[in-house]
Amino acid sequence: MSNKKNQQGNTGALSEVSGSVLVVGGGIAGVQAALDLADSGFYVHLVEKSAAIGGGMSQLDKTFPTNDCSACILSPKLVECGRHLNINLLTLSELVSLEGEPGSFKAVVKQNPRYVDPDKCIACGTCAEKCPKKVVNEFDMGLGKRKAIYLKYPQAVPLKYAIDAEHCIWLNKPGRCGMCEKVCPSKAINFDDKPTEHVLEIGSVIMAPGFKPFDPSKLDYTGYGRLPNVVTSMEFERLLSPSGPCMGHMERPFDGKEPKKIAWLQCVGSRDINRACHGYCSSVCCMYAIKQAVIAREHSESGDLDASIFFMDMRTHGKEFEEYYNRAASEGVKFHRARIHSVLPSGENDNLRVRYAGEDGEIRYEDFDLVVLSVGLEMPQQAIELAAKAGVSLDADKFIVTDPFKPVSTSRNGVFVCGAAAEPKDIPQSVMEASAAALEAGRILAPARWKDTKKKEYPPEKNVYSEPPRIGVFVCSCGINIASVVDVEAVTEYAKTLPGVVLAQNNLFTCSQDTIDQMEETIRREGLNRVVVASCTPRTHEPLFQETLRNAGINKYLFEMANIRDQDSWVHQNEPEAATEKAKDLVRVAVAKVRGDAPLPYNSVKVTKSALVIGAGVAGMTAAVSLADQGFPVTLVERKDDIGGHARKFYRTWQGNPVQDYLASLVDTVKSHENIDLKCGVSVKGVSGSVGNFTTVLTDGTELKHGVSIIAVGAGSFKPDSDSRWNYLYGKNPNVHTLLELDQKFIAEDSSLSGINQTVFIHCVGSRVPERPYCSRVCCTHAIDQALKLKELNPDMDIFMLYRDIRTYGQRERLYQEARAKGIIFIRYDLENLPAVTEEGGNIKVTVKDPIIDAEVELNPDMLVLATAVRPKVDVHDLAKFFKCSIRADGFLMEAHMKLRPVDFATDGIFLAGLCHYPKPMDETIAQAQAAASRASIVLSQDEIPAESITAQVDPRKCTGCAVCTEVCAYNAVSIDEATEKAVVNEAMCKGCGACVAGCRSDAITLKNMGNEQIMAELETIMDNW
Amino acid sequence: MGTTSEKNWEPKIVAFLCNWCSYAGADLAGVSRFQYPPNIRIIRLPCSGRVSANMILDALRSGADGVLVSGCHPGDCHYISGNLFARRRFALLNNLLEFVGIEPGRVNFSWVSASEGEQFAEVVKEVTDKVKKLGPSTRLVKRIG
Repeated sequence: MSNKKNQQGNTGALSEVSGSVLVVGGGIAGVQAALDLADSGFYVHLVEKSAAIGGGMSQLDKTFPTNDCSACILSPKLVECGRHLNINLLTLSELVSLEGEPGSFKAVVKQNPRYVDPDKCIACGTCAEKCPKKVVNEFDMGLGKRKAIYLKYPQAVPLKYAIDAEHCIWLNKPGRCGMCEKVCPSKAINFDDKPTEHVLEIGSVIMAPGFKPFDPSKLDYTGYGRLPNVVTSMEFERLLSPSGPCMGHMERPFDGKEPKKIAWLQCVGSRDINRACHGYCSSVCCMYAIKQAVIAREHSESGDLDASIFFMDMRTHGKEFEEYYNRAASEGVKFHRARIHSVLPSGENDNLRVRYAGEDGEIRYEDFDLVVLSVGLEMPQQAIELAAKAGVSLDADKFIVTDPFKPVSTSRNGVFVCGAAAEPKDIPQSVMEASAAALEAGRILAPARWKDTKKKEYPPEKNVYSEPPRIGVFVCSCGINIASVVDVEAVTEYAKTLPGVVLAQNNLFTCSQDTIDQMEETIRREGLNRVVVASCTPRTHEPLFQETLRNAGINKYLFEMANIRDQDSWVHQNEPEAATEKAKDLVRVAVAKVRGDAPLPYNSVKVTKSALVIGAGVAGMTAAVSLADQGFPVTLVERKDDIGGHARKFYRTWQGNPVQDYLASLVDTVKSHENIDLKCGVSVKGVSGSVGNFTTVLTDGTELKHGVSIIAVGAGSFKPDSDSRWNYLYGKNPNVHTLLELDQKFIAEDSSLSGINQTVFIHCVGSRVPERPYCSRVCCTHAIDQALKLKELNPDMDIFMLYRDIRTYGQRERLYQEARAKGIIFIRYDLENLPAVTEEGGNIKVTVKDPIIDAEVELNPDMLVLATAVRPKVDVHDLAKFFKCSIRADGFLMEAHMKLRPVDFATDGIFLAGLCHYPKPMDETIAQAQAAASRASIVLSQDEIPAESITAQVDPRKCTGCAVCTEVCAYNAVSIDEATEKAVVNEAMCKGCGACVAGCRSDAITLKNMGNEQIMAELETIMDNW
Repeated sequence: MGTTSEKNWEPKIVAFLCNWCSYAGADLAGVSRFQYPPNIRIIRLPCSGRVSANMILDALRSGADGVLVSGCHPGDCHYISGNLFARRRFALLNNLLEFVGIEPGRVNFSWVSASEGEQFAEVVKEVTDKVKKLGPSTRLVKRIG
């Protein structure tokens, strides 16, 4: 890190360093990395091997733990990526070679022929309808068929058909078929299409090739491939999906019957060194199995689906995962702690018999209609070859090697990695790493920012003042999310009857690229001057549709949304008629509102190009250095007198790297960095302003002006109170320690440790308990690593681990295997049978019930180590209030979106990283801090950002100059003009809250497009027909 | 399309929600599939501070049986202090409502944050129950013809 310290000043490199980046892989990780880079001033070539971007996430039905529809949250990102001026999307493409050095690489990319001209294809689907050749559809995991000319999936980006050369009749025997060419109305078919080679000059590379679900056909015991009703989890995902082979009606693949009893078998192809050759844990399967069980029960027509999950350790170690697990269990999903011995046919109806050992050791048989194999994640062969071409090293599990302190850097300088290719991981973690990789890829190219990019030009806006309203209404089915409850056809027909509406149409997914493109065309063709979309929430989708209006030459404020999903179909699932009536009401109101909307100017404000980072632990320091290296001045504020945070107490990472050496060099970088102003012993006293222009006052009176803020205040550790039932003699007996206290003994090289004969670790002390239901994520791995360290010091030491579930997710599983191999004994306990710890003459006695031998075990350790919970800081509430951030019930800060915006807050310009978000190990903390820096760089790299257009306006004829408005305005945006004695609004300072409007006695102030008359009109419209 | 006949009467409730907390909370109720009665129509406003006494009276005048105003918890306002102005304004309005004979429970205020989906569903259930018990609102309704 220190060697890059002066790079930002080195502008002499400007001419040599490229301003472009190559991103390989168009899944969610690659897409996020591309968007972050393109938004912060770099030109991106995004290379995807298949015909469309979207990756594994596009195949999912719902995502955990929010049960968000995967396509719904992913689609806007894909559309944004597909339309981005500074992203060059290369589908059907692969990297051939990569030469050069960081700053100036030369990549050769081969693009395979699509045989369909994307400029001409209008995605009408006539070709696929007429194509005689049926092919197994790999997007549906082979459960359905597609044609040899196909669209990868309905919301595909780009929305262009492609011909599968392997199966096309013409391409294999020219002259034989050619049906698509005959029927294509736009003459888009080109059988003579040839592979093309692109030579790209780029400065850095991001690898995001993703994963492949494990193929269980070689695991005979599962019956997969032999028994028709054994499916993989990815296949089941398609069976649940509304765009899947059975349109979201959950059916068995062969006989089409709805299953009434389903079993999920965990760890198929994971944690299995014998048969599957994969020792690692795949991290995501426990959660997706619970999610599938919950969703399957929702899908089940009778509502009484019997769902059983067979698992070894329940690994719900992420944010809100444990709560999700508890909720599923309380709602009736059954959990069996057993690894399945075999799956057998049960004779009738192709049902299945599962053989397993119960917790009491008895062999049991149970019959199911369907068995879902929770298959693990592995590195695809293509990605292994790709890694070789890019010259990056793989580890023994074939994942791309990274460094715990540089979690997105590969073995080759200037080549970065994100997502499941570095280790199995979930979507939020992949998205975080994607932003982190974007930060790293951009950091070395900072001098060339905006060098290769293009600027967006919108068509001139049509003046609609003189026109009567011509409103278009687009009603979304959202797959079946809306349409399964609300009668969307009836709503569409109803919309046509409303005053001012000239067109209403229903779409399967209004946010998909084809509908968006078609909407733009419809606006032009029909001369629409106002648009209403009835779909999901404006909080996520309004910007996408507003952009479409601008592209069509309409002011973006001539737009309204009717929220008929989040606030209708999803909350009235059992009342379809009432929900349909409500949808009509919401559309009617939106139409009434948009009729009164006026076009507004696009305001902007200058950005203060500096950052405030709060908290100087590893997260805060990493974020500060990441921004400072790019040339942005950073103020780093630490409440304590010295910096380093929690990391000062850590001995080594789980990979075995000493933390203190790393920390020392990071602290040194922070202290000596020319762009970092470090302020210790102070905290934040007050904050005003908004994205681009914050003013923060510190406790020492300093006033800071900054454009962005990163909150990285960390967390505390749970210290068991003497009277709590989690106390276990802590603070009473000198030989009882927390994990961090033992780490400090390791750091101090305490020689007494090697003399210890017996050590007992108790896991989950204060975590996963009623008052703190979350899992602290880090302790299992940390405790096991410490046990291994103790074994290094004294191989004869007896070590016992009293645990509830071992959660050594991902490649951390290696430590668990090693610990077992070295004779460390694991004894499971549960909340009903807590270990009892007593003291006799200074000697510790631990008694615990071992469920395997079904007997009490008595241990007499020399040392007892408690894996205590990570606990959110209490004073984070003050900070959250200053910055208007939400805090979850468990005390951790709440990000803007759990899946896809893991480091943003709902309030623009404020980001988070580290333990204040959720407990996490050092590598993940560093990645998250880099991600926060990446998101912050997007703001800081702009000269101006859009400002509020919906502002207050005074009618001087009505104003009496009473000055109430000046008192209620929190931003000092209103004042009384001395000459006229009337109120005036400073538009640049007005945030559009409307407090002055509600406070005005004379009805003299209005909020643009949200004036009293407009709201009254909304009210009357609601009541008129209700 | 609700009917006013005594038997099948269902209350009509208008909700004014701030965009940043309560409207987001209502979205979260949907994302989490917390079910609540369909008797509510939401008007999205930037801030609870945007809600004037007039708007509440107008809702009652145009036939709403109940009104819900919901904003960020005190201290969480996206616009610093809008919700506090709202709170003061409604404390005063309550006196007026009582004076003109609007029963307690017709006009409701609550704080719902963006992370309180379940809380939002509960508030809607509670308010619907309350208004149901009170019966149709007649006090301020405009009667034309």
